[in-house]
Amino acid sequence: MPVIEISNLRKRYGETVAVADVSFTVDSGEIFGILGPNGAGKTTTVELLSGLRRRDGGTVRVLGKDPDRDGAELRELVGVQLQESELPERIRVSEALELYSTFYREPADWRELLDVLGLSGRRNARFGTLSGGQRQRLSIALALVGDPQVAVLDELTTGLDPAARRDTWALIESVRNRGVTVVLVTHFMDEAERLCDRVAVIDAGRTVAVDTPAALVAKVQAEHGLDRATLEDAYLALTGHEIGV
Amino acid sequence: MTTAVTRLTIVESKLFLRDTTSVVMGVAFPAVLLLLLGFAIPGFREATDDLDGLRPIDIYVPIVLAMAICTTSVSVLPTYLATYRERGVLRRLATTPVGPVRLLGAQLLVNGAGTLVAVALAVAVGTAAFGVDLPRQVPGFLIALVLGTAAMFAVGLLIAAVAPRAKTATGIGMLVYFPMLFFAGVWTPGPVMPDGLRRASDLTPLGAASQAMQDAWSGAFPSALHLAVMAGYLLLAGALAARFFRWE
Ligand SMILES: Nc1ncnc2c1ncn2[C@@H]1O[C@H](COP(=O)(O)OP(=O)(O)OP(=O)(O)O)[C@@H](O)[C@H]1O
Ligand SMILES: [Mg+2]
Repeated sequence: MPVIEISNLRKRYGETVAVADVSFTVDSGEIFGILGPNGAGKTTTVELLSGLRRRDGGTVRVLGKDPDRDGAELRELVGVQLQESELPERIRVSEALELYSTFYREPADWRELLDVLGLSGRRNARFGTLSGGQRQRLSIALALVGDPQVAVLDELTTGLDPAARRDTWALIESVRNRGVTVVLVTHFMDEAERLCDRVAVIDAGRTVAVDTPAALVAKVQAEHGLDRATLEDAYLALTGHEIGV
Repeated sequence: MTTAVTRLTIVESKLFLRDTTSVVMGVAFPAVLLLLLGFAIPGFREATDDLDGLRPIDIYVPIVLAMAICTTSVSVLPTYLATYRERGVLRRLATTPVGPVRLLGAQLLVNGAGTLVAVALAVAVGTAAFGVDLPRQVPGFLIALVLGTAAMFAVGLLIAAVAPRAKTATGIGMLVYFPMLFFAGVWTPGPVMPDGLRRASDLTPLGAASQAMQDAWSGAFPSALHLAVMAGYLLLAGALAARFFRWE
């Protein structure tokens, strides 16, 4: 059963067409990746499906609801981690999590999240004193504190060290094992290959492919007569680049 | 939702209290200034004919209250809101059921409470240290205080609405801050203000608030002009702020 259905999505900012024609569906319990070059429209797409912006055209259904119309209901059910969104400088880690947990009718246990994300040792630290990776982990925790059915994570591992990335992957898998559908935007091909059941590749505001990482690799191998292509090769080919051998 | 709003207000109060600059400048400074004026400047505690037998310190209490309003409204509040917008705090809230409007409400409440504490401290210092009488027209004083604060907060919201960045909000705040204090009579207190300047001051929100509180202190109900000016700024700046405010 699809949890997210997007077809022919369009959005422009003044003269800039950020999203020209994006379509994909995400099934229940899937980890779905969105890949694409800088400025391709990935963030805009997830903002539109989270109800943070209103679309100019196309249809969007999330858990059967329209984000432009049923935004209030969806905010209970969808947890969002935005690219470049901070907290007040002087708020403490535990304060932020406890505060955000009161925003939801049936929140997750924020203390457990603190442990799972390895932030227990920093619970009394002020946001302003956290490292980039710690901020990122807190941000993921805040997206999950409402115990959402869908988690939307924009560039969730950007700025994390390799160990923290692995930990975050494990976290995302455990979140999915609890039945949460995950949509993540990433620039890391290893991350997409390792985590995502399926990915959409967006280029210049259009979906150019939606498939499993393995199928995308198989296709580029067949088309270019390669025998050992990677997801990165497939990605580069799909976004209009020559692929070096 | 009530617990969320309560928690939000509690957390915003804590953040305000952790911000030493806001606490010192916004809450403590008006009372401290009164102490400095009264003890350090010769003649401030002596009645003079220029002030119809009052002492300068008597005249300065309502002026210092106007300063308390001015600091929170155009200096602290707009910087906070613009910083929250710039850092994406408002956007993050927009993804939750609570939404950014309630954070705005919590900020107004916390800054409003800070202003009232600053006012209470300054009045207490005036009474305890210098024997300044309490306002003789109490309802009139309270109306002037609340309406003046509301009008200035609307101006603060408008600054936060039009400033694209936190630094700009602070800059515009400062550009508004000193002229407002001037019209409120910090350098030329009410009774010795030249006529022309007074007429201009009548038309500014803080000048009107300062004079209305001064009138209430000496027993007169605030004039219709001052009340209308304050209400006008509240409505106009409030409407413009609502029109131009952006969450990101
Ligand atoms: N608020 C905005 N106002 C105007 N233009 C915008 C706005 N947000 C994005 N854009 C433009 O829309 C296009 C798509 O931006 P978007 O942020 O969706 O890209 P992205 O795929 O997330 O890129 P990145 O990988 O760099 O995060 C870009 O050209 C960008 O400049
Ligand atoms: Mg982006």
